[in-house]
Amino acid sequence: MKRLALILALLAAPVLAVEPSEILDDPLLEQRAREISQGLRCPVCQNESIDESSAPISSQLRVLLRERLVAGDSDQEAVDYLVARFGEFILLQPDAKGANLILWLAAPAMLLAALGVGWGVIRRRPQVDTSLSEAEKAELEKILRP
Amino acid sequence: MLIELAHFALILAAVVAVVQTIVPMIGAHKGWRGWMELAQPAATSQVILVGFAFAVLTWAFVVSDFSVQLVFLNSHTDKPMLYKISGVWGNHEGSLLLWVLILALFGASAAWFGGNLPDRLRARVLAVQASISVAFYAFILFTSNPFTRLDFAPLNGRDLNPLVQDPGLAFHPPFLYLGYVGLSMSFSFAVAALIEGKVDAAWGRWVRPWTLAAWVFLTIGIALGSWWAYYELGWGGFWFWDPVENASFMPWLIAAALLHSAIVVEKREALKSWTILLAILAFGFSLLGTFIVRSGVLTSVHAFANDPERGVYILAILAFFVGGSLILYALRAGAMQSTGVFGTVSRESALVLNNILLAVSSFVVFIGTIWPLIAEMFFGRVLSVGPPFFDAAFTPFMVGLAIILPLGSMLAWKRGALNKVGRPLALWAVLAAALALLAFAVQSGKSALGPAGVALGVWVVGGATLDIWQRTGRGTTSHRLGRLMRLPGADWGKAVAHAGMGVTVFGVAAMLAWEVEDIRVADIGESYSVGPYEVTLTDVRDERGPNYVTTMAILDITRGGRTFTLAPEKRFYPVAQMPTTEAAIRNGILRDVYVVIGDRQSGGGYATRFYIKPFANWIWGGCILMALGGFFSLADRRMRIAAGASRPKVKSTTVPAE
Repeated sequence: MKRLALILALLAAPVLAVEPSEILDDPLLEQRAREISQGLRCPVCQNESIDESSAPISSQLRVLLRERLVAGDSDQEAVDYLVARFGEFILLQPDAKGANLILWLAAPAMLLAALGVGWGVIRRRPQVDTSLSEAEKAELEKILRP
Repeated sequence: MLIELAHFALILAAVVAVVQTIVPMIGAHKGWRGWMELAQPAATSQVILVGFAFAVLTWAFVVSDFSVQLVFLNSHTDKPMLYKISGVWGNHEGSLLLWVLILALFGASAAWFGGNLPDRLRARVLAVQASISVAFYAFILFTSNPFTRLDFAPLNGRDLNPLVQDPGLAFHPPFLYLGYVGLSMSFSFAVAALIEGKVDAAWGRWVRPWTLAAWVFLTIGIALGSWWAYYELGWGGFWFWDPVENASFMPWLIAAALLHSAIVVEKREALKSWTILLAILAFGFSLLGTFIVRSGVLTSVHAFANDPERGVYILAILAFFVGGSLILYALRAGAMQSTGVFGTVSRESALVLNNILLAVSSFVVFIGTIWPLIAEMFFGRVLSVGPPFFDAAFTPFMVGLAIILPLGSMLAWKRGALNKVGRPLALWAVLAAALALLAFAVQSGKSALGPAGVALGVWVVGGATLDIWQRTGRGTTSHRLGRLMRLPGADWGKAVAHAGMGVTVFGVAAMLAWEVEDIRVADIGESYSVGPYEVTLTDVRDERGPNYVTTMAILDITRGGRTFTLAPEKRFYPVAQMPTTEAAIRNGILRDVYVVIGDRQSGGGYATRFYIKPFANWIWGGCILMALGGFFSLADRRMRIAAGASRPKVKSTTVPAE
C-alpha cells in the first residue's frame, strides 16, 4: 500500500505495465522477454518486477531487454548485461553465490534440524512419574475421607 | 475540548494499565485475592477509556475537525463517509490507537469471559496483557500522539491516499490488527503459564479459542488485502511477497502451527514446551510485522527507518517482550513435563510434522524478508529477494503440507495405522491423479503447475470430506447423514478449514498456470477476440465522481451469443494529485474476465488489457472456508463449556452430602 503510493507518486504521467508499443512482433521472443522481466526488479519501486511496474525506468529496461534479445543474446547474457549496469539489486531471485548461500541453505538446514529434533521427540518415551506428590496425596486424603 | 479530554483519557488508560500490570501480578504471587481481583475492573476501565479516545477521534474525522493535525493530513470534506471513518486507521497514529483499543478489548474479554479460569492464572494473564498495553500506550503517547492540534485550523484537509479509499481496504487493517493483537492473548497465557510453571490440558483448552480467533481474523485480513491487490492494482496479481505482506503472513503460519499443537496439549498432554514457544514466537512475529510496517526499514532498503525514532521504539518493545519471555522460557521450560506418550505413527506425530512444516516455512519467509538487510549490513551487497525466491523456497512446504494433511488428520491418536487410513483415502488419491492427468491433457502448455494444483486440491478436499464422513461412524447412509448434522462444531470446523486450504491451493495453481493475457491498442469501435471472447471497445468518456475525475471505457464482451459490458476506469484524485486504475471484473465461478484501460496512445486508440483469470475466486473462497472453519470450531460448545468443567471442584465451600 505504501509502496504503491510511492510508486504512483513518483509518476508524472502514469502508464500501465507492459505497453502495447513495447511488445515484440516475434511471439517466442516476446514470451522470453516476459519471463525474464518477471525476474528483474524495477530499480525505483519498492518491490515490483519491471514486468508489473509502471515506472518510466521499468519501461526503458523492458525496451533495453528486448533490444538485447533481438540482437541475439541468450537469456543469461541479456540478464548479465542488465546486472552489469544496474547491479545485482535488480535480480529478484538472488544468486546462490557467496553469502547468499546462507539464504538458500537456511531453510533446508532448518528443515533437517527440525526433522531431527521432531524424530527425537516422537521416538522419546518420556519417563513419566505418575506417582502422586505429597500435596496431591493430602488432597486426595481430604476428598476420600471428608 | 473533546479532543483534549480524549488525550487525557488515553493517559489515564496508560496509568490504569501500569496498575493492572503490577498489582494483580504481586497478588497472584502472594495469594492475595483482593489484589488479584483488581485486574478485572482495571481491564474494563481500560476499554472504556481507550474506547472513548477512539470514538472521539472517529468523531473528529466524521465532522472533519481540521484543527486536529491527523484529520487535516488524512481527510477531506468531499470524501465519502465510509472513507472518512476508515481514514481513522488509514494512518500511523490512528491505527496505533486502534491497536491499543483492540489490545484492551482482548484483555477485557479475558476478564469478562474468563470466569472459569483459575484466579491466579487469570490475574497473571491480565497483568501480562496490561504490560503489553503499557508499552504501546507509551509508544503512542510519546512518539505518535493522534490528538495533536494545529494552531490555525485549515479550511480543508489533504485527503486520504486514494488507493486506500476502497471498501476492501477499509476493513483490511482492523481485521489484521484483531489478528496481530489477538496473538497477544496467546502470548499472555504462555507467559502466565511459564510464571506459574504449569501447563496442562486445561491450559491448552483455554489458550486455543484465543489463538483460533486471532488466526481467523488474520485469515480474513490477509484475504481482504490480497483481494484488494487483485482488483485494484490493475494486472490481477494477488500476492507479491512484499515485506509488508510477509509481515502478516509469518504470524499467520505460526498461529496455524500453534493452533494445531495446542490441540495436542489439550487432548494428549504432550508438546507442552513447544506450544509455549510457538505462542511466544507467534506474538513475536506480530511485533516484528509491526516493526517492518511502521519503521519503513524493509519496504525499501535505501530509506532506512523512515521514522527512526518509531522504529527504534518498536524494536525495543520487541526485544523486551520476546527476549524477556524467551529467557523466562529457558528458565522454566524444563518444568513443562509432557505426560502423553505416543507411537511413531499417530496423530501426534502427524501434528509434529505439521508444526515443523509450518514453522520452517515461516522461517523461510522470515529469512527471505530480512535477507536484503543482512546482506547489506554484513556483506555489503545490495540485493533483492523477490517472488522467484519465495516461490522456489516456500512452495515445497505447502505441497508437503497438503500431501500429509489428509493422512495425518485421519490417523488415530496415540497409536495409528497408516493402512487403516490409507485404504479409504486411496480412492481419493487415484481420483486426484486421474483429474491431474485430465487437466494435463486438456491444457495447452506442458507446465506441471496446473495439474499439480488439481491433484493437491482434490486430494485435500477429498480427504477432508472423507474425514468428516468417517466421524459419523457405522450404519446406514441415512443414519450417518443424520449424525453428520449433529457432529460437534470442532469436527465441522476441521473439515471445512482443511477443505478451504485445498481450495486455495487449487485456485492459486490454476490461476497462475492457465491465465490468458492480451495487451493491445484498441480504437473506439474496434473488435478483436481473445480466447472464446469477442471484445469491442465501444466508448471512452470522461466523468466526475465525488472526489475524483475519471476516464471510463465501455467494452462489450460477447461469448457464445451472450453479451455483457465492462467499464474499467482510470481515476485521478485532484486533492492527493494521484491517479488510480480501476479494473472492471466480471466475476465467475470458473473464471474472471478482467479488463483494464490505459492511456490514450499518440497514434490514437487506447492501451487495453484483457485477462482471463481461471478459478481466481477460488483463492479467496478457500480463505473464506478456512475462516469459516475457524468460526465453527469457536462455536463448538466444548470450547466454552468444558473449560469450566475441568476447574477443580474441591474449592466449593458446600459440604458434600454423605
